Formats: sequence, structure tokens, C-alpha cells
Amino acid sequence: MNAKRLRLLRHAGASGGDIFKTEMVAVCAIMFWLCLALPGLAQGFAGLGAAEDGYAEVRPGAFDFPADHGAHPDFRIEWWYITANLETADGAPLGVQWTLFRSARTAGTGTQTGWNSRQAWMGHAAVTTSDQHFVTERIARGGTGQAGVSLDDGFAAWIDEWGMVGPTFDDVRLSAQGHDFSYDLELSAQGPIVAQGDGGYSVKSASGQASRYYSQPFYGVEGMVTLPSGSVAVTGQAWLDREWSTQLLDADQSGWDWVSLSFDTGEKLMGFLLRDQGDGFTSATWIAADGTPTPYGDGALRLTPLEWHRVAGRDVPVVWRVNLPDRGLDVTIAALNRDAWMETSVPYWEGPVTIAGSHAGRGYLEMTGYE
Amino acid sequence: MRRAALLALLSHWWRRPFQLVALLLGLATATALWSGVQAINAEARNSYDRAATALGPTPRASIIAPDGAPMPESHFVALRRAGWLVTPVVEGTISTGAGPLRILGIDPFTLPLDDLPDQTGETAFDTAFIGADGPLIVSPETAARLANADLPRRIVQDGVAPGVAYADMAVAQSLLGLEGRISRLIVLDAQPLNRPPLKEIVPTLTLDQPQSRNDMAGLTDSFHLNLTAFGLLSFAVGLFIVRGTIGLAFEQRRPVFRTLRALGLPARTLLWLLLVELLALALVSGAAGIALGYLIASALIPDVAATLRGLYGASVEGTLSIQPIWWVSGLAIAVLGTGLAAISSLWQVARLPLLAPAQPRAWARASEAALIWQGAAAISLAVMAYLTLTFASGLIAGFVMLGALLIAAALALPVILYGAMWLGGRLAKGPLAQWFWADTRQQLPGLSLALMALLLALAANIGVGTMVSSFRLTFTGWLDQRLASELYVTAETDAQAEAMIAFLEPRADAILPLWHVEGDLNGLPGEIYGVADHPTYRDNWPLLDALPDVWDRIAAGEGVLINEQLARRSDIWSGDTVSLPGWQAQILGVYSDYGNPLGQALIGIGALTDRFPAVERLSYGLRVNPAQVDAVSAALVDEFGLDTDNLINQSEIKAFSLSVFERTFTVSRALNVLTLSVAGFAILTSLLTLAAMRLPQLAPVWASGVSRAGLARLELARALVLAGLTLICALPVGLLLAWVLLGVINVEAFGWRLPLFIFPMDWAILAVLALIAAAAAALFPAVRIARMPPARLLQVFAHER
Repeated sequence: MNAKRLRLLRHAGASGGDIFKTEMVAVCAIMFWLCLALPGLAQGFAGLGAAEDGYAEVRPGAFDFPADHGAHPDFRIEWWYITANLETADGAPLGVQWTLFRSARTAGTGTQTGWNSRQAWMGHAAVTTSDQHFVTERIARGGTGQAGVSLDDGFAAWIDEWGMVGPTFDDVRLSAQGHDFSYDLELSAQGPIVAQGDGGYSVKSASGQASRYYSQPFYGVEGMVTLPSGSVAVTGQAWLDREWSTQLLDADQSGWDWVSLSFDTGEKLMGFLLRDQGDGFTSATWIAADGTPTPYGDGALRLTPLEWHRVAGRDVPVVWRVNLPDRGLDVTIAALNRDAWMETSVPYWEGPVTIAGSHAGRGYLEMTGYE
Repeated sequence: MRRAALLALLSHWWRRPFQLVALLLGLATATALWSGVQAINAEARNSYDRAATALGPTPRASIIAPDGAPMPESHFVALRRAGWLVTPVVEGTISTGAGPLRILGIDPFTLPLDDLPDQTGETAFDTAFIGADGPLIVSPETAARLANADLPRRIVQDGVAPGVAYADMAVAQSLLGLEGRISRLIVLDAQPLNRPPLKEIVPTLTLDQPQSRNDMAGLTDSFHLNLTAFGLLSFAVGLFIVRGTIGLAFEQRRPVFRTLRALGLPARTLLWLLLVELLALALVSGAAGIALGYLIASALIPDVAATLRGLYGASVEGTLSIQPIWWVSGLAIAVLGTGLAAISSLWQVARLPLLAPAQPRAWARASEAALIWQGAAAISLAVMAYLTLTFASGLIAGFVMLGALLIAAALALPVILYGAMWLGGRLAKGPLAQWFWADTRQQLPGLSLALMALLLALAANIGVGTMVSSFRLTFTGWLDQRLASELYVTAETDAQAEAMIAFLEPRADAILPLWHVEGDLNGLPGEIYGVADHPTYRDNWPLLDALPDVWDRIAAGEGVLINEQLARRSDIWSGDTVSLPGWQAQILGVYSDYGNPLGQALIGIGALTDRFPAVERLSYGLRVNPAQVDAVSAALVDEFGLDTDNLINQSEIKAFSLSVFERTFTVSRALNVLTLSVAGFAILTSLLTLAAMRLPQLAPVWASGVSRAGLARLELARALVLAGLTLICALPVGLLLAWVLLGVINVEAFGWRLPLFIFPMDWAILAVLALIAAAAAALFPAVRIARMPPARLLQVFAHER
């Protein structure tokens, strides 16, 4: 779509534009802020370790709330990522996405203010019904106040007029709009924050790439969604992911598939598959109804594409088999709307899914890196 | 058979290489001038388009401060946070050692980069663009111009408008000295569903609806129309040559045509072969013409660029890029022109009776009926020109009128000459003199095309020459009035300005503030200057029209003076009102303001500071004793370290203004000379055409006892008489042309009217040149007659049929 903006954002003074870079850069939305910030991407992800001078390194340890709800500008990338499975009064299912990404353009600790800020922000918002998909995007430079996250007065994350704002992190108002849709939702946490991976240290590859990662999968939601057909009241559940890192992916990883599933039993599953030349790298967290997490390392979770769908000129798997034998989980997840393509700077697929098989429920699926 | 026929037809050109050269040259020249002018126009238009679309292909609304002044950048975030999708722009022009540079500060995060110039190859707008150490992005030509400038590093990008540099907000704000401020906010497409009205977010700002932003194209239309008209004129004159040569070649090949037809070649095949021949010639000379046109355009475009910059402030690349469309259009026009020139000859070949005498016709009997028709056409065109002048307005109407006028004059020329010959014959005494007039009259049809070309060239020369000279005379006088202050200084800061005033108080007779703001005048962008109450203005300012006590009332802040451009554009004069930002002011007078593309208003300095308190107070005009100018300048340089940009003396400005002026007309003059030489060439080819055919007429005169040298002298005299008569006809046409240029075209194009001055000395020079050209053209045919072996003249009788 917006190829020039993309080039602007992702080239960090990189030398020469080779195909490798282009392909790698486009692989996934999750990686884009990484690309955005990454000088010398042409050298490939293998050079990540060498290229990271100046950024903070991801280490295991306990979270420090509420400070960790705020931004971590010394890390290269970070996001506040909310997906919500909602339904209208008529019982029609509906998905909502609200994402704020932060990315540091260059490393450095000096305070760079105003137009000189090294931080870039991007917001994605989407509403998905069974037959419609609305998406829009905002981009901002840090330093001007156009976008940011503040803990000064409760919690506030914003870009332009979009916001995730509330007196506490557990109680926020979520709003966003495009030229053809808008939503305004009240989110209140009905369970604890869940640390992903090893106490919030989420390993992404066999060679040790990792992020800090926690979730709030227990938000209850009430609010209004406005589409061209009119405004409707909605209720449901939302799932927030918070993640920050400096080196996220390994060089040979070409994209990822991520699911967040909420079962009717009250249990939840977060799982992802990082695709590479071989079998890929999987990771999962089983979340009990009371919020107690059980992490699973590489290989425990199996994600198998079952059906493919052609959207935006690419073939994307929209029906998956999700298998976690340790929990007796063997379900098929299917896209509510197979055309839930995020036509943003770096495009990807993201939308609500239905669940059938050993467990029933609802969830969200994100797939990146499909060319 | 076809092959043999083609060879027979082509062999003509081997035997008469001069004709071939004349044909190729004529066609090439016509194509060259036309395509050269088109190339210049295309380049300029391309530059305007790029400048107009520097921030997106379609004009968008902007949010601005009512006075157009820069505003705090916090408005940007306030609007974004309220749901208005806007992107900030900070823009301005800085002066560099290598000329002015327009800085366009953008925020690539919020500006859709798809709207920026096409990016082929390397990406210029990458993340290294962002931040205070970011580069400037400029076109290759601008980069070359700025090679040694003390500016942030440059990145070259094709497609960037000339004279424009893109920079990140951070860089642009510091270059322009506008830290924390922005010039305007562009309202982007596809605004979100809900957003409060502008007034609730930023009550002080206003929404400026998009205007057609290609103002430059509109402003410079006149200039390009001018060039196009010249190109067309040259093309027409070039076609006269081609017409003459083709006519000659066809006449001389009549025996060949008849023989080929008699041998059984169908008329259709003959026509085809001739068409193929002409097409080949047209393509070859068209290609040569395009190459020549490129050379002409490359030679002229630096002047054109300088003119456009000086006259309109338009930035145009000083170099030419070759575009395929040129080649196609150049070749097309060459083929079309050849076809046009050959059509009557081809028609005759098509209708040639098989057994028609293979005798070249020396002359078609000059039919009085044809002349009457021509005269009637001339008169109706003249009436049309008059009606256009009276009832239509606008630039196009002006040019339509010019065209009608010139064609009318050209059509009327043979009629007038015919009358003159008839009169000469009546007045002539002696058989030889009577033969001379009668014979000249007989030759008119053959020569009239060339003479029309000469008339057009001479008239254009007189018209343009008169316009340029009148303009120069007016302009220099006006400069003397307008630039009354001996020195002009600009301080860097307010503090320096105050110190400078204190320093200058004892040294200067007067220190006149030259403060101005930019703002809309009657809805058009313009400038508002403050003027001190001082005799410098009262005595010198070139007022065209004023109410009584104008200067007292200006000083009291009761009204404004406006420049002629604004007055004519909006048709507002003394006593009317003009809308300034926040002020409906009475117009107290109108002054001439040559060379300024913008509307301008002059108000009392008190009124300026009251209404625009933020006005920059840095520039001053100094009245000093002329003898002390150098001493005062030196003192200012010593004391304040002013550089050449900030301290200008009157003579420098005058020299600069005059140089802009001279360059403006370099192009006109160059095209003028080319047109005249083409006309001379046309006469030469026409005379040569006639010379070969006229033997049957000359032979009896020779047989009656007039020597060959005598005949040659008569030939020369004939050319001079005809050229002289044409010149006399051209004079009034040229003056009329000058009047139209000064009184109609200039007013429409630039917004000012200039008085017409007459320069008889120039005409005398032109007359001598025209006569020399005619004599030179006639010399070669005359010499041929003088040296013709008597046997050839005798042959005429031997071959009598």
C-alpha cells in the first residue's frame, strides 16, 4: 500500500537495497518496528547481536508494575496490543483490534526532544465482522506529544485521538476510528495479569532471541462500535499483550503465527509458531481460569494449517489444527472472516476465530510473513 | 518500372543539390524553431507542475493563521489529538551563495510519502532523513548549483522540483530560523468519522480551501504563449521556403513526369512515388530539425530560466531533458508541414494531362480575381482583429488578434504590391521601364509567398524591437524613481537593527523602514509594505493615479496604495476598496510596479505596526549623500559585519534589475534574428525558382538589345524595389504589433501597461538590413544571368513551341 512510507520507516540508513532486505523486512508486522529501528538490516538478522549496541538487553526477572505498563524507550521495540472477541445484542460475533507500537529509530540514551526524538509510534485499529473488515493506521514521531504512553495520571497510551486511557491499567477506555468506522469501549480487568514464558521472559528461538512479555487476558468489555451500517452496542472479552524487546527473531525466521484462545471452561491458551526453514519454533502458555500460567517450550504445541485462502494476492492458512497433547487440547480454529487482511504499512492477517473440537470458545489469530 | 521511375525522379536532386539543401534546410529550420520552443515550454511546465505538486498531486486544504504568519507547532498536536488528520509544513526561502533555495520542511510520519516526487532507484526519504542531522533532498540540477553551499548534506532525487529542498521539520525549522513554529497544516484525505469543528480546537486558525495551486503556470502563461507564437511564426516562415523549393522541384520535373506517364507509369503510382520521396525528405530533415531544436533550446534555456526567475519568481531547471514525445511531435510537424507545402504541387501532378506541354510555366497569369479574393480576406481578417480587440479580453484573445492582424497584413501585401506595380507602369517612361514594372508584376505570384515571409519577419522585428525599447526606457526611468534610497540594509536581529539605527542616526539623512508582511490582497497572495512619511516617497514614488493629499492620508493610516498589477487584476482603482487581512481599506492611489509578479499594497508604517505587530523590523533604506555611500557602507561592514546579502547599494540593485530585464528579452531577440534570416533565405529560394523559369521572358528582352549585365542589374533592382515596398508595408504592421504587445498582451500577461515610444533609428538599421538581405538573395540569380552563355538564351527561340 504505502510503499514509500514503509521504506522511510524501515530503512535505517541501510546500505544498498537488496532483495534479501526487502523480503525480510516485509515478512511480518511484528517485525516491522524491529526493521524500522534496525540499522544495517542488509546484513541480515544474523548480524543483530553486533548491530544492537546502545540498546538495552532483554533479561529475565520480575516485572515492576505499574512502571512496566509504561514505555521502555531503551529497548528497540515495544507494543500494547489488544484484541477483543465481542458480540452485538443480536449475538453476531465481532472482533476489534487496537495496537500501539513503539520503535526506537536509533540507539542512544541522550534525551532527544521534539522533532529530534528517536522514537516512532504506530497505531493499528480494526473491526472485523463475519463479512466485513475495517482497518486503519496512524504513524507519529515521538517527542511532539502526538503519540506516547504516560503513567502520570493513571494510565494513558495514545496516538492522535485514539486512546487507551484510564485511572488504572485495569480499568481503561479504548477508542479508535477511521474514516469508515469507530469504536469506544470500556475495559475492566476481571482477572490477574499473566506473565508469559519464564516469568515474563519469552524465548523466541533456539539461539536465544527473547522478549519481555505479559498479558491481561481477562478484560471484560462493554461499548459501542460504529460501522457504515450504524452504531451497535457490544459486549465481550478482550486480551491485552505487552511485549518489548531489542532482538526478537532469529535470522532464518520468516514470519509467525500467533493465537490467543479463550475456552468456554474459562481456561485460555496463548501460542505461537515462528516459521523457519525447518519445523519452526513453538511456544505456548496454558492459562488456568484463575490466571495461573503454565509455560510450554518448543515442540509442545503443534500448529498445523488445514485450509488456505487467497487474500490480497497471497495464500494464507485460515483454518488450523491446534494441538497441545499435554492438556488434551485438539481443536480446529477457523477464521470468522477469511479476508481479515491488515492492509497497513507492513501488511498481515489478523482476525477473530471460532474454536471446535476437544474445547469450544473464541479467539484471535495473527499471521505474518506470508508473501 | 517503379524502381526506374523512382531513380528518374530522384536523379533530379543529384543534378540540383542546392535545391535539396534548401529544402532540407528550410524544413529543418522550421522544425527546429518549433520543437525548440516546445521543448523550452515543456521543460518549464514540468518544473511548475513539480513545484505545484511538491506536497501531493492534488491540492489540499490548509489550516493557517489568519495573517499567514508562522504559528506555534503545538497547534499540530492539538489538532491531531482532536482527530484532525493534518500534517505540518514549515516553508520559506533562504538565500545561499548560489541563489535562493525554497526549503520545504515536512513530517514524513504524517505526510503520505506517496505524494512526494517519484522515487526511482535509491530511497532518499529513509530514516536518516529524520532529525536535526538529516539531509536536504534536491533535484540533481539544484544539487549541482548548491555544490559548495554551506548547507546540510544533500541527497539527490530525480523528480524534485527545481530550487526546492525537502528537509525534515527539525532541519527546516533551524534553517529558516522558525524553531517551534510551522507555516501551515495540510488537511489530509480520508478524515476520521468524528472530529470537533476547527473553532473548538484552535479558535485562532482558519481553514484555507484548496486553490488551484499551479499559480505559476497561470502566471507564466503569457511568456510561454509568446514563445509559442514565435515558434509558430518561424515555422510558418520556414514553410515558405519549403513551399518554394517543392514548387520549383515539381515545376522542373514536369518533363520527367510527362515522360514517365507516357512510358506507361500510372498517375497513381507516380503520386505514390512522389509521396514516398517527400516523406523520406520530411523524416530526414525533421530529425535534423529536432536535433537543431535541441541545440537552440539548450542555448536559450538558461536565459529563459533566468527570465522566469526574475520576472515571476518561478524556478525552472536550467537544463533540458529529452523526452520521446518531442521526437514524435517534431517529426509529425515536419511531415505535416511538408504535406502542407506540397499539397498544391501534388494536386497539379495528379491532374496533369498526359500530353500537356512539358514546359515549365514561367508564370501563372496573375489573376485579378484571385487578388480581389485575397484583398477581401485580408479586410475581413482585419475587421476580425478589430472586433477581437474591442469585444474580447484575455491573453488568448490578444494572441488571436495578433494572428489575425499578421495574416491580414500578409494577405494584403500582394494586393498592395500589385497596385504599386501598376502605378509604376503607368508612371514609367520608355519601353524598358514599362517592361520592368510589367514583368515585376507578372512575377508577383511566384515571389509573394517569400515577400509575405519577409513582411512577417520585418513586422515582428519592428514590433518586438519597439516593445523592448519602450519597456527599457520606461523601466530605467521607473527604477530611478523607485530606488531612491542610496543604501539598503537588513539586520540579522532586532537588537542589531536597534544598534544599527543608533549608529546611523548621525550618518544618514534619513532611515526609512522597509518592513513588510505577506498576506492575501483581495484573495490573492500579495505583500503589504509599510512606508514612512518622507519626501523620498512624496517626491519620487511613481503614482499612476491618486486621490488628493494622498501621502498625508497614507501617513494618517486612512487608506492604502496598491500596485498596478493588483489594480488591473481586480479592477480596483483610487476610491475603491481593497481587502487586506482584517481590513477593508480605501485605495488612495495606484503605482506602477514593473517586474513584480505579486500584488502589493503600501500602507503607513504606523498602520502596518498597529495591524501586524509581529512584522519583522530588520530592513531599512538609507538616504545618504551619494558621495558618502562607500564610506557609510564600509563603516557598516566594520561595525556590524554585514555581508553582501544584507547591505546593498542602489546601483547594485539597478544593475541587477536591468540585467534581469535584458535577459528577459534575449530570447525574443534571438528568435527575431532567426526569423529574419529564415525570411531572407525564403526570398533566395523563390528567386532561384523563378530564375530558371524566366528564360523565355528574358530572352526576347535580351534579343531586343538589353545586355546580360543590364538584365542582371534590373533583376537586382527588382529585388530591392520589392523588399523596399515590403518594408514600407511592414512598418505600420510592426507598430500596430508593438502597440498590441504593450497595450494588450502586456496588460493581460503582466498586469502593467507601458507607453509606446518610437525609435526611427532602429527602423533605418532594419531597412538597411532588409535591403542587404534582399540584394544578397538576388545577387546569385543576377550573376547567373550576367554570365549566362548567349547560346542558352538563343535556345529559347530554337525550342519555341
